[in-house]
Amino acid sequence: MSGQEIWVAFKTLFMKELLRFSRIWIQTILPPAVTMGLYFVIFGHLIGKAIGEMDGFQYIDYIVPGLIMMSVITNAYSNVVSSFFSSKMHGHIQELMISPTPHFIILLGYVAGGVARGLGVGLVVTLVSLLFTEMNIQHPFITVGIVFLTAILFSIAGLINAIYAKTFDAMNIIPVFILTPLTYLGGVFYSVNLLSPFWQQVSLFNPVLYMVNGFRYGILGVSDINPLASFAVLLIFISILFSFAIYLLNKGIGLRE
Amino acid sequence: MSEEPYNLSVNNAPPALSVQHLKKTYENGVVAVEEISLTVQQGDFFALLGANGAGKSTMIGVVCSLVNKSSGTIEIFGHDLDTEPHHAKASIGLVPQEFNFNIFEPVIEIVINQGGYYGIPYKVAYQRAEVLLKQLDLWGKRKEKALNLSGGMKRRLMIARALIHRPKLLILDEPTAGVDIEIRRSMWAFLSQLNHSGTTIILTTHYLEEAENFCRNIVILDQGKVIENTTMKKLLSGLQTETFILDLKEPLAHLPNTNDFKLFQRDAKTIEVELDKHRSLNVMFGFFSQHNICVMSMRNKSNRLEALFVKLIKKSKKAIR
Repeated sequence: MSGQEIWVAFKTLFMKELLRFSRIWIQTILPPAVTMGLYFVIFGHLIGKAIGEMDGFQYIDYIVPGLIMMSVITNAYSNVVSSFFSSKMHGHIQELMISPTPHFIILLGYVAGGVARGLGVGLVVTLVSLLFTEMNIQHPFITVGIVFLTAILFSIAGLINAIYAKTFDAMNIIPVFILTPLTYLGGVFYSVNLLSPFWQQVSLFNPVLYMVNGFRYGILGVSDINPLASFAVLLIFISILFSFAIYLLNKGIGLRE
Repeated sequence: MSEEPYNLSVNNAPPALSVQHLKKTYENGVVAVEEISLTVQQGDFFALLGANGAGKSTMIGVVCSLVNKSSGTIEIFGHDLDTEPHHAKASIGLVPQEFNFNIFEPVIEIVINQGGYYGIPYKVAYQRAEVLLKQLDLWGKRKEKALNLSGGMKRRLMIARALIHRPKLLILDEPTAGVDIEIRRSMWAFLSQLNHSGTTIILTTHYLEEAENFCRNIVILDQGKVIENTTMKKLLSGLQTETFILDLKEPLAHLPNTNDFKLFQRDAKTIEVELDKHRSLNVMFGFFSQHNICVMSMRNKSNRLEALFVKLIKKSKKAIR
């Protein structure tokens, strides 16, 4: 395929993904906005008053970046895992597999869809948060860079999960038993400085900690982690997972009998 | 007893499809394809027949990059599927046995998106989709979700989708399964026209009369192997007898006897005649005139290929035992 044809193939797949989740916005966009709105009310507004300040910020201000990041992570991941898995289960992945669309374009198309939904939901959650707090972004480039790379990373992870999943249950194992605990323990609601030295060290093995703190640094200017480390962790994980996903697609693992 | 297939190739053009020593064993140990080698020339209307589990769909799956092969080589218009997958894939259109589109997408989107995967820009894909959907009588349904289409419409949608990139080789895996007779006829008229305009077509079907009517060359598979590879004409010439059904003007009380052919009475006004293939039909009509039997109409009992197909499969199974 020529460069122009490859671009058309990418655009087609991306637009298809964009339309897919936009058409069902009541299932894809609205629920995270409602859930995060409740988090802001209960944890931020009601319980937050009792907690007071964290790292020099009102508790609600402190948790906003983490909650936005949490919604970006879960939506980028779930968009790709559900879309790719259902394509696989219902057979319409064959439309792509028989076509000359290169595998890296299939990967990029789905990832772009996941990023679009992750960032779209992140934006909606950000707008909801503005009902409860003010936001003065300290480092816009870092904020955008971290959230964008995080959405890419979890979109690729979602695709790998979908490739391996053979049942709807298998599709949910990673989000429920790995992704959610890592996100909740990744400093969304607290600073790791509150933990004992041992658990602080353990927390450093949680990649989500780097993303949440990198994003928090971008918005509030405070972080438990050096933002450069956040970027480094993201880029390393993206490189590894991207290569692995391409390998799986080339081999046809989970796709071709 | 394979014979050289009817050769359509011109100017040493590469075959539309060349499958050499294809083998496929699934992870569970099931051997779906034991050894298949076949060639489909450009412009052919080619029948790939076999009982369920003969290896047809697996072979098609391998050719269309949906199934990993264990060994062997596939070339499509001279392009090796392993080394030049993009060129090879760009030449193929597949109408699969199972509906495999997103039923929640509108008809037109399904067709246009497929064009996009072949690098066809939206505007061009839309124009082509319009032509195809009109030809296949689906234009009025273009905005409907595929979910709402009837079985026949879904089949036609898959044909439109498979043709959006104008493939030189179209593979039809049971294209008329579950389609009513009227739509089936219009589909075949469309596909015949497509073949006449130069598209090579490979057909698998359980409706053997379709293969008999449209295909020039034929391969019959059994248990993952080729058991027949010849022209339709040569294969059918292997039939020793032909059976006709005759509708009579008057009810027949008793069947007259003859040694020239076999006669069976189906009901008072219908008889079956089994005639040696080398005997003239005049023998039969002479006999009826002699006995004052007036024949109003005559037709073949069933497709001739079916009888041969069953015979070949039985023979192959016996040989394996």
